[in-house]
Amino acid sequence: MSILIAVITLASISVFFGVLLGYTSVKFHVEGDPVVDKIDALLPQTQCGQCTFPGCRPYAEAIARGEANINQCPPGGEVTMLALSDLLGVEPLALDEEHADTPEKTVVYVDEQTCIGCTLCIQACPVDAILGAAKQMHTIIESECTGCDLCIPPCPVDCIHIKPVKLEQDTWCWSLPESTDTAPKA
Amino acid sequence: MTRSSNQLWHFHGGLKLDSNKAMSTSTPIVKASLPKRLVIPVQQHIGEAGELLVKVGDKVLKGQPLAESAEYVSAPIHAPTSGTVVDIDELPAPHPSGLNTLCVVIKSDGEDKWIKLKPTRYPNTKSPAELRQLIRKAGIVGLGGAAFPTAVKVNPGPEAHIETLIINGAECEPYISCDDMLMRKYAEEVISGCSIIQYMVSATYCLIAIEDNKPEAIKAIAAVIKEKALHTIEVVCIPTLYPTGGEKQLVKVLTHKEVPSDGLPSDIGLLVQNVGTAVAVHKAIILGEPLISRIVTITGDGINQAQNMEVLIGTFISELIEQSGGYHENACKLILGGPMMGFTLATDHLPVIKGSNCILVENTPQETPATMPCIRCGACATVCPAQLLPQQLFWMASSKNFDLVQDYHLFDCIECGCCAQVCPSQIPLVQYYRFAKTEIWNQERDRIKSDHARVRHDFRQARIDNEKKERAEKLRKKKELLEKKKNAEAAAKKEGNEAEVDPKKAAIEAAMKRVQDKKNAKQTSNTNADEK
Repeated sequence: MSILIAVITLASISVFFGVLLGYTSVKFHVEGDPVVDKIDALLPQTQCGQCTFPGCRPYAEAIARGEANINQCPPGGEVTMLALSDLLGVEPLALDEEHADTPEKTVVYVDEQTCIGCTLCIQACPVDAILGAAKQMHTIIESECTGCDLCIPPCPVDCIHIKPVKLEQDTWCWSLPESTDTAPKA
Repeated sequence: MTRSSNQLWHFHGGLKLDSNKAMSTSTPIVKASLPKRLVIPVQQHIGEAGELLVKVGDKVLKGQPLAESAEYVSAPIHAPTSGTVVDIDELPAPHPSGLNTLCVVIKSDGEDKWIKLKPTRYPNTKSPAELRQLIRKAGIVGLGGAAFPTAVKVNPGPEAHIETLIINGAECEPYISCDDMLMRKYAEEVISGCSIIQYMVSATYCLIAIEDNKPEAIKAIAAVIKEKALHTIEVVCIPTLYPTGGEKQLVKVLTHKEVPSDGLPSDIGLLVQNVGTAVAVHKAIILGEPLISRIVTITGDGINQAQNMEVLIGTFISELIEQSGGYHENACKLILGGPMMGFTLATDHLPVIKGSNCILVENTPQETPATMPCIRCGACATVCPAQLLPQQLFWMASSKNFDLVQDYHLFDCIECGCCAQVCPSQIPLVQYYRFAKTEIWNQERDRIKSDHARVRHDFRQARIDNEKKERAEKLRKKKELLEKKKNAEAAAKKEGNEAEVDPKKAAIEAAMKRVQDKKNAKQTSNTNADEK
């Protein structure tokens, strides 16, 4: 008899919680993956594809699925990698040697004498930063350019060149004093 | 009596420093000779840079605006003398970065001829808004060093009620004496400027705070107040302690109130202005003159004749040094600003700008002692006037922990340098804070830019998807139409045998028939005739 009571009690409890869980999973269903949004917010949005994924969001999705490492974003550099490691609670990874330094910010410009107006670069630009029309000269809207360099390979006349972003008094940064080893160790 | 009591208070920490002011106060203010060439940077203030109003080759008059912006937080610049614009280019300007910035170069014609000025003899007849506009047009910025546009500062908003106007004549940093000398020479102008600002913000009281190491300035100002019998303006003699001249520190000393961490003095009913700014306001309103000159202290052991000079904005520092007897033979370091908060200049071939208060030439090559590790003595925390924990900030800044450093209120740091001064390990603490601040601003800019790029990328993606969808839709419609037509034709063919013939075809057939009939008729008539 007593065993029957125990079985009934446990069965009813499990039914109750089963219903509760089922209800909450419908009621509080979350559309999409919030982790992807959080990762995407940390990425530099150059949409350059250097991470081997076609854009920042696909890379964010791959990280969320666990299919990509957090050290694959060269434009983001160490700062992005550390932010990702902080967000996801994973160990920081060393960046590839060639991307170890903080990357220099660049934009591209069109050599307007050479441009033939083929519109191929316009189709390649992920952020619509190139202005032009067929057989018309093209130009880069510098303030919108993310420096992804995706427009360079399609250009048939090699008229797109890279230049560093000009440092202004407003955007200039103080450097860290040289002897950083004076910092107290944690 | 303008204050409830004569009591003064103390802010946390602070340092008693050797003032070294006497070397530049023994001679009266000298007017610098008119330079042949002036370089005026377009951006000399906090906020937006103006847009150029002149081009190379233009003749300009003294006081003519050279650049102006429609942005609210901005200040125009003016020609300091009459002459010709000979160049507009990126040139070196005094800034810790040493980077070039857009400058207007004027070759003076030696006439120093003013543009037509519009003085306002009686400021009380104008509304505060009109006076603000005049101050804005005159390009006045805070002359204490920060160079924040004054027209913005004197407009604390409709909700804020300013009870007390504080005029900052503390000038706490060693060596600098330009405000001291200005108060001695232009006491009347200071008071006039105070009255105008007081009227503009409808402040009940005005306190002019002067450190007790400037007795002559106190005397001069007090004499004018007494002579004019002004009951709402009072001189307050405050103890000499660095950095009393900091806005929040001065508020604390005078009123015992704390300015909120991320707030302004206007949040607690106060407005703080520098004495130099008050004189500039007087000149802008009463005389109609824009801000084209300022008083600069040229001092230090490395200069032969330390003095204060009235200098046109855009004059080269090298010329001022020449007029002050030149460098001492052991001169080794050129600093713009004071020894505590100034920054080293690599060259003296730079123009004086609105915020330049002092040119300090150091003599004895101060051996920079080797930096030692932090021993956590806490001396920095005891002197910090902002009540921060400098050693914690240092640790976080050097490990680039930018979130935590903000939690420890890095942005309340006024970069006064007290912590670095007392540090037994000679750690250049302020440099770490400056590094962290600019780096955080940089990251913030990057974040805004990447958010913007994301929006544009998403929009482009949506547009491409949309186009694809539209194209597919069009194709589908076209196919449907074609199908319909085919079906219709097939149906018509089927029906064509029984139903009515095409009217056109019928018409052609009818016409052919008529022709045939005619031909037949002719033939029959011909044959008939032959038979006859």
